[in-house]
Amino acid sequence: MAIEVRIPTILRTYTGGEKAVPADGATLSALIDDLEGNHPGIKDRLIDIKDGKDELRRFVNVYVNDEDVRFIGGLEAVLSDGDQVVVLPAVAGG
Amino acid sequence: MLTIDQTTYDGIVAHAKRDHPDEACGIVAGPEGSDRAERLVEMVNAAGSPTFYEFDSTDLFQLYKDMDARDEEPIVVYHSHTATEAYPSVTDIALASEPGAHYVLVSTREHGNNDGPVEFKSYRIVDGVVTEEEVVVVPELARI
Repeated sequence: MAIEVRIPTILRTYTGGEKAVPADGATLSALIDDLEGNHPGIKDRLIDIKDGKDELRRFVNVYVNDEDVRFIGGLEAVLSDGDQVVVLPAVAGG
Repeated sequence: MLTIDQTTYDGIVAHAKRDHPDEACGIVAGPEGSDRAERLVEMVNAAGSPTFYEFDSTDLFQLYKDMDARDEEPIVVYHSHTATEAYPSVTDIALASEPGAHYVLVSTREHGNNDGPVEFKSYRIVDGVVTEEEVVVVPELARI
């Protein structure tokens, strides 16, 4: 199984400058764990632990095949071979 | 230093005045690695707020997809402050995620929707450190 994960500029320090890296996982949560195995530290930039539970960080957007994962199950979103995952930090401020 | 052409500068100011008292936001895209702010893209402030801005997540995705297809990157990320000075807020600094971009802040606090000068400032925001830079407005960007 191979899923392409597009990495934003700010997180490329974890991927040796690579714009896209392959990863595996049947769900987004599993995919992020797999990413962490090869790129230690990246998980903490994507996931926040709230009440002992993993949550996608509020200002991180993840898309599976053009769809914001918040609309398709969040961390439990189901992935298949050939999917494309895109990570984009929110552009936001006060 | 940020070099920006008059039309793009005027476009950002007009957007900020039009959306006042809510914050306006957008980017100026340009060829990757060029530092040329060429293509103004006004974004909708999904927060619709006088104290916060956020690109809608679907719009954000489309924006980055378009830039990718054109081999562009965000050269400028701009937003307005409508009641305070043109300086990055604590939230702006915490959420800044384009270390290569010029962060432009426009303050409309003085004249709101009306004609009149605005504060127009540019900063680098890298790892929580804010550095103000000079803004040079030129009639047109130099030809490549």
